[in-house]
Amino acid sequence: MMSSRTILAAAGLVLFSTTATWAGDVRIMWYSDGVEGEVFKDLIKRFEKENPDIHVTVDEVAYSTIKEQLPVQLAAGHGPDIARVTNLKSLSQYWLDLTPYLKDVDFWKKNYGDQLDWMRPDGSDIIPGFMTQITLTGGFANKTLFEQAGVPLPGEGAIWEDWVMAAKKVADSQQIPYPFAIDRSGHRITGPAISYGANYIGADGTPAPLDDGAKKFISDLVGWTKDGIAEKDVWVSAAGTTYRPAADDFINAQVAFYYAGSWQIPNFMTKIGDAFDWVATGSPCGPAACTGMPGGAGLVAMKATKNPEDVAKVMDYLASSPVAKEFSERTLFLPANKEVLAGDLDFKTDSQLAKDALKIFVKATSTTAPEAQELPGWKWSDTYYGALVSRVGQVMAGELSLDEAYKRIDQDIADKVKEAQ
Amino acid sequence: MADNRKGFRSTAGSLVLAAVERIMGIIDIPLRGLQKVAGRTGMAAFFLLPNMAVFTIFVLIPFVINFVYSMTGGAQIFLDQRRYVGLDQYRQIFSCTDYLDPNSCIQDGFWIAAGNTAWFVVIQVALMILVSLITAIILNREIVGRSFWRAVFFFPVLLSPVVVGLIWRWILDRQGLLNFILYEAFGSEPFNWLTDRTTAFAATIGVSVWAHMGFYTLILLAGLQAIPKDLYEAAQMDGTSRSRVFRRITLPLLMPNLVVVLVLALIRAVQVFDEVFVLTHGGPGTSTMYLIQYIYETGFASELRNPGLAAAASILMGAVLVVLTLMQMAASRRKEKKGER
Repeated sequence: MMSSRTILAAAGLVLFSTTATWAGDVRIMWYSDGVEGEVFKDLIKRFEKENPDIHVTVDEVAYSTIKEQLPVQLAAGHGPDIARVTNLKSLSQYWLDLTPYLKDVDFWKKNYGDQLDWMRPDGSDIIPGFMTQITLTGGFANKTLFEQAGVPLPGEGAIWEDWVMAAKKVADSQQIPYPFAIDRSGHRITGPAISYGANYIGADGTPAPLDDGAKKFISDLVGWTKDGIAEKDVWVSAAGTTYRPAADDFINAQVAFYYAGSWQIPNFMTKIGDAFDWVATGSPCGPAACTGMPGGAGLVAMKATKNPEDVAKVMDYLASSPVAKEFSERTLFLPANKEVLAGDLDFKTDSQLAKDALKIFVKATSTTAPEAQELPGWKWSDTYYGALVSRVGQVMAGELSLDEAYKRIDQDIADKVKEAQ
Repeated sequence: MADNRKGFRSTAGSLVLAAVERIMGIIDIPLRGLQKVAGRTGMAAFFLLPNMAVFTIFVLIPFVINFVYSMTGGAQIFLDQRRYVGLDQYRQIFSCTDYLDPNSCIQDGFWIAAGNTAWFVVIQVALMILVSLITAIILNREIVGRSFWRAVFFFPVLLSPVVVGLIWRWILDRQGLLNFILYEAFGSEPFNWLTDRTTAFAATIGVSVWAHMGFYTLILLAGLQAIPKDLYEAAQMDGTSRSRVFRRITLPLLMPNLVVVLVLALIRAVQVFDEVFVLTHGGPGTSTMYLIQYIYETGFASELRNPGLAAAASILMGAVLVVLTLMQMAASRRKEKKGER
């Protein structure tokens, strides 16, 4: 028979285990676009085998949870020990400086140094984490539909107008509802806007008012939407700053030309399969450039963690070149690690379409405009993107004129800057 | 055998009763002592204490905190890190050159959401009462499978709002069930019901009525069943027409229930959020963005988040809800008085 002391001790243990963070416990908040969650959990299992004293819990959540709930948790002093995030700069005050805990700081600086400014406060030299993947926005064309319509794919150097009009010809010929689609996202329309000559960053580093380049692309996009060339549904299907991808319409062959980014490659490979042929097209050109927007997701450590040493061990393991290489090869993501990039990447896929698309995105990185390179490390990017997406959505829904939207975008950004000061 | 069972039941009953008496006896001792110290009024307060504590912790304190938030600015969460801005958030909300044109307001989103909510409340509540009343009258008749139909109409009330939103989204999407049926029946081109301003707004009203009418139908059904049958029999003997019976007997005697339904439906309609958020996400544009979604987006979800402004908007909405709640209390009191008579 169990003594009452044993029962009390057990009860105490259970109670304590539910409220306390044990040394050796590391909690990671992770979201997935495709298969990377499975790959990541597999790598973590291997880490736990090699480090039996550290227990890692992976909480797989929706992207919207990371975007909407993580900032509130962090501001309240809670949250995971590590998280995979995309809004790296605007939350950088919550990231932990891993420098004192890392095994080899020089390795981190050498291999991940180019993107460290994207995730640390302005003027800081901390190492809060690393990019799990680098992404670049760019287009995808439904090659089968183009071929069936007898419309040649616009070649290198083709401008936005060329692509959009070619897609319209395909849609008319093949009786599909949308010639062209672009995600409902401020980040997504920024690459094309920069190609049209936009620059969001003012002389003093604060947001500049919308310039003619940005206005021109927005007005073209709104015009294409009004003419039924660009998909309206995805843009008007939500209010505010809500992110909406048009990937499902492309996967279902409802769109001839789709502007998204490199992170969609594994998704298309899995979901489209043999249904039709698709190709990555890079970013169409504007008068100023032919640029996509760089970006990506980073794995960052939290300042509020109780176990910085264990967190650093996990981060060291995941950032190491063999693990980063395996992660990229299995997920088909472009790696950030320079050593891995320089070596031979053997993407684990039989799909020639995916391999060709990856090559095109790697090639497109060379045409990324300097204005686009600066934005991931600029702290007002998310503010700018938010204002763009909510107001352009209203224009497309017929609630605002273009001129009213331009004024509102500038005002929204100015309000946010004032509020933050 | 039956006697044995009866005997067992009575023995078990006596044992339970004895146990309850013993427990009450134990509780009674400290309570008597407390009553001596606190007096009768004090005892009433003592029994109310748990309820008041829950109310204070979960309603009163959050309300006060929310009010303080509405007087602060900045993106920080902790109050001690936020700067005091006085009534600035309210001033921002009310800065309009023309209150009938949201675009003339600094916080246009608030006024768009308020306008949408006002229209939604007027149309949805009227429709809700009408549909619930008709349904209750039909279900009050001797129809075949009456219990089954009552369950059918009540079933959506049991569904989670997220499920309601998703079901209707699958029906109303461009590639949804409705377009499929229309195509099969009439060969009509697919139409996106959720991205057209008029149909999306109508969809939010229709879905909301569908989801909640079962509850109000039940209240009205109870009211209908409480009307004495002999009144109808007397009217029938007098040869009174059906419409006159409805206007002179059913409607006046159902009025207390109708008032309760009206006020409850009004409160619920002002608070509309969950199923509409899943269904349209506030779109197309902002045409189905209602006040709660505006508050949620402003406080939490948007890249342009502003917790102080969201708090001020929720205080203003709270004021409207307080008025509606007072109306409901007055209506309930009137109903009680009528019942006493």
